[in-house]
Amino acid sequence: MIASVISAGFDVDKVREDFPVLKQRIHGKPLVYLDNAATAQKPFAVIDAIRKFYEVDCANIHRGVHELSQRSTAAYEETRTKAKRFLNARAKNEVIFVRGTTEGINLVASSWGRKNVREGDEIVISALEHHSNIVPWQLLCEEKGAKLRVIPMDDRGELLLEEYEKLLGPRTRMVAVGHISNALGTVNPVRQIVEMAHRAGALALIDGAQAAPHMKIDVQALDADFYAFSGHKVFGPTGIGILYGKARLLNAMPPYQGGGDMIKTVTFEKTVYADLPYKFEAGTPSIAGGIGLGAAFDYVTRIGLDKIAAYEHELLVYGTEALSRIPGLRIVGTARDKAAVLSFVIDGIHPHDIGTVLDRQGIAVRTGHHCAQPVMDRFGVPATTRASLAFYNTVAEIDALAAGLAKVKEIFS
Amino acid sequence: MNDDLYQDIILDHSKRPRNCHAMADANRKAEGYNPLCGDELKLYIKIENDIVKDVSWVGSGCAISTASASLMTESLKGKSREEALKLLEKFHELLTTDTPVTQELGKLVVFCGVRDYPARVKCATLAWHTLKSALTNSGEPVVSTE
Repeated sequence: MIASVISAGFDVDKVREDFPVLKQRIHGKPLVYLDNAATAQKPFAVIDAIRKFYEVDCANIHRGVHELSQRSTAAYEETRTKAKRFLNARAKNEVIFVRGTTEGINLVASSWGRKNVREGDEIVISALEHHSNIVPWQLLCEEKGAKLRVIPMDDRGELLLEEYEKLLGPRTRMVAVGHISNALGTVNPVRQIVEMAHRAGALALIDGAQAAPHMKIDVQALDADFYAFSGHKVFGPTGIGILYGKARLLNAMPPYQGGGDMIKTVTFEKTVYADLPYKFEAGTPSIAGGIGLGAAFDYVTRIGLDKIAAYEHELLVYGTEALSRIPGLRIVGTARDKAAVLSFVIDGIHPHDIGTVLDRQGIAVRTGHHCAQPVMDRFGVPATTRASLAFYNTVAEIDALAAGLAKVKEIFS
Repeated sequence: MNDDLYQDIILDHSKRPRNCHAMADANRKAEGYNPLCGDELKLYIKIENDIVKDVSWVGSGCAISTASASLMTESLKGKSREEALKLLEKFHELLTTDTPVTQELGKLVVFCGVRDYPARVKCATLAWHTLKSALTNSGEPVVSTE
């Protein structure tokens, strides 16, 4: 009965048909894939688009006048248009193809940072960040003699905005925060965070790796200066991602990498760089990845991110209740505004043992520090077990997780 | 299920680890750390006339690493330094080769299931890496299995 209530307006069984990987058995049990925050599975639409590229259209892009090159260029560039719509960017040339969120952040830290950050300047990040939104800024600060400041969080895993306010000052150059925490699921009030950064005269970069698959993104409404996310987490291929940047800022930044495709003319005396977005796209990119990502945007848009967010929220509520009933289990991260991530610890049982026992029951979860060691330190745990949900997950799968955890407890207590 | 990995002896030693205490008069010490899981371990050894007279450990980790440390300390007492290092080699073989020689390993053969879980090999070897560091004074104050 609960299942039908939850599924109202969303046909999860039909959606699951689109994902071939979900149909297999692992160690004799149906696969229950709950590691979506690490990477999401791919629908036929994406797999078929990549296959078509390699079977029919394969050629390098932006060069060659031949038919195949024109087809591949058109398909690849079409994804840029789709990304512009997906993010509600003002213009296509504000969409830069990168390898993923990590490269997007590194691009900004390296290109914008090297030019604009000076000794004594400050970069603000948050206590919730993934290592990919910590280390690039640390490298920059080290090189420039700048200071890294960290917005603290409370016991629920919510950022303390009044503390953030105190960190902002005349030396703040950049505020870089995650839209959604990968380890805890906290949805940060990024609109407000960006506004406060701007009031202090700083720029704001949003790490959207965990948000893009789960909610509608509108970079204009957020007024974000930069927004980065990975293709593989939005049901697209690995090796491709998007960095959005305001054209005015991108135009003023030096190139990130040098090479082919990012130039207008090259002589040994002087090279004139290409215009946006190509200035930041040196070398042959992941063409198949870009085309697959376009198919992923279409797929997700067709289902509708509003529907996805609503369904996943129901799953989160159901999952939170189911796990809370397990004695000795503590959910880590209980923000009021939260994405469908269930990070937890169980008294006396190490996450790696939990992960292995669940795996033998066909249930894939992530165990460890989730590339967010400072988050683990804040909650005083070395690691957690994390079930991260996507719209193809079901209530029955959450029941399977709960049953799996009962088995874990039986073995280890 | 889990019959192959979490054998009874492993569960027993993970729940009631043996030799799990610090040692004031140890003459060899080393620390091990696995940054991926956060497992950490301090190993204390008392060697007299090249014989392991006593060995103990403290630390925290998963069932596999805890049981491994516990069983390792049990099997080391009375062994010469050379014998201990040889045992380490055999144990490593047990976890990484398809046809290990199981003689001389005694109770340690319960870890044979670990080789089917490549991601867990480092859990089982943390204590042993630390042992190597303690016995060979490799100059690394903290060994890491990553």
